Amino acid sequence: MYELFKDLGSWLVSSEQWTGPDGIGHRLAEHLQYSLIATVIAAVIALPLGLLIGHTGRGAFLAINLASFGRALPTVGLVVLVFLASGLSMTPVYVALVALAIPSIVTNTYAGMTAVDPEVKDAARGQGMRGRQVLLQVEIPLALPLIMTGLRLALIQVVATATIAAYVSFGGLGRYVFDGLAQRDLVQVLGGAVLVAVVAVVLDLALSGLQRVLFRHRTAA
Amino acid sequence: MTIEWAWISDHAGDLTTLTLSHLQAALTAVLLGLLISLPLAVLAHRVRPLRGFLLGLSNVLFTIPSIAVFVLLLPVSGLTRTTTVIGLTIYTLVVLLRNTVEGLDSVPAKAREAAIAMGTRPLRTLLTVELPLALPVIMAGVRIATVMSISLVSVATYIGDGGLGQLFTDGFQRNFPTPVVVGVVLTLLLALVADALLVAVQYVLTPWTRQRHPKSGKA
Repeated sequence: MYELFKDLGSWLVSSEQWTGPDGIGHRLAEHLQYSLIATVIAAVIALPLGLLIGHTGRGAFLAINLASFGRALPTVGLVVLVFLASGLSMTPVYVALVALAIPSIVTNTYAGMTAVDPEVKDAARGQGMRGRQVLLQVEIPLALPLIMTGLRLALIQVVATATIAAYVSFGGLGRYVFDGLAQRDLVQVLGGAVLVAVVAVVLDLALSGLQRVLFRHRTAA
Repeated sequence: MTIEWAWISDHAGDLTTLTLSHLQAALTAVLLGLLISLPLAVLAHRVRPLRGFLLGLSNVLFTIPSIAVFVLLLPVSGLTRTTTVIGLTIYTLVVLLRNTVEGLDSVPAKAREAAIAMGTRPLRTLLTVELPLALPVIMAGVRIATVMSISLVSVATYIGDGGLGQLFTDGFQRNFPTPVVVGVVLTLLLALVADALLVAVQYVLTPWTRQRHPKSGKA
């Protein structure tokens, strides 16, 4: 056990491990690139949907069930399925990651919108604001902390799951996990796993810190 | 992409075995999660400083990727069912702990005070007043944890377990979509059925929430 941790330590700090196309630097960049692209695509789909459901109050049933369905969908199965249907490309990875990210964004955006005090909305309408103005100038700003939480949760989930890109022969930090498993090299597997975990935890802490700074005047977080 | 129905009927036995193994891993994890999170949640609810620590710790655990959790457990428990169950339990803990603490928070102070005023001992108050009143929120957590576990079992296919997840590896390696489709559909069905059963269990266990709106108990 002790030997293993020592090997893991030297694997993580050795300089040849950090440079070149199979180096940690490059794999980390790939990993973040996949995660960001997937989260942005998911946000483009999920944000309008969450805002629409929250603003109109219609389709709440859909929002709740979408979250439940998203949790039940096995990501590995989805990746393999799209892979077999569409062939070797990044599409299966993005489909699975986007599907994973959408429920968090929709449900949190919707929750943020419903948490807006109805009296505030009434006051805005009483002042003569139109539906769109209420949405853009009252509801969205008030719902912003929860919308941000949804985006953060989605990004963290995606970062954690982007390991799967390596399963269908692409890069990212998952490369070490799957190469290590194939080569029965436990140190490499553990190294990859530790890196993914550290990236996810650091991103989560940084983004929740940012949220706290941005919304420090608000009571609801 | 075509489905070979003959493959499904030929492998009905294997599919049943995998489904049962899948379910067993997920349910064991949820039960273990409940056993561990209940006392921890009561502690976190009673002792304020512990609350932030326990909830913060479980949030950090949740950000660790599932594949990483399974892999990190390899030196401890190897390529076994134990690794799968420990990994899944860690995930259920996060949801169950948070929801149980929130459930205990949602118990109206008046109900607790009434129990104390009637001379009910603390343990009895917890078991007969607080936990039953917290049940709707706790059950919401149990439902999420169950559905999540059922979906996550398949990740353990990378460490040689994974129940229905083995169908994904199988289909991937042989470039054969049928087992993959069957695996995804069966996983979704399992999650759906388990969730529906839990709703039924909650309905039976909380008769007082049926008459009025569930939130009317709030003082």
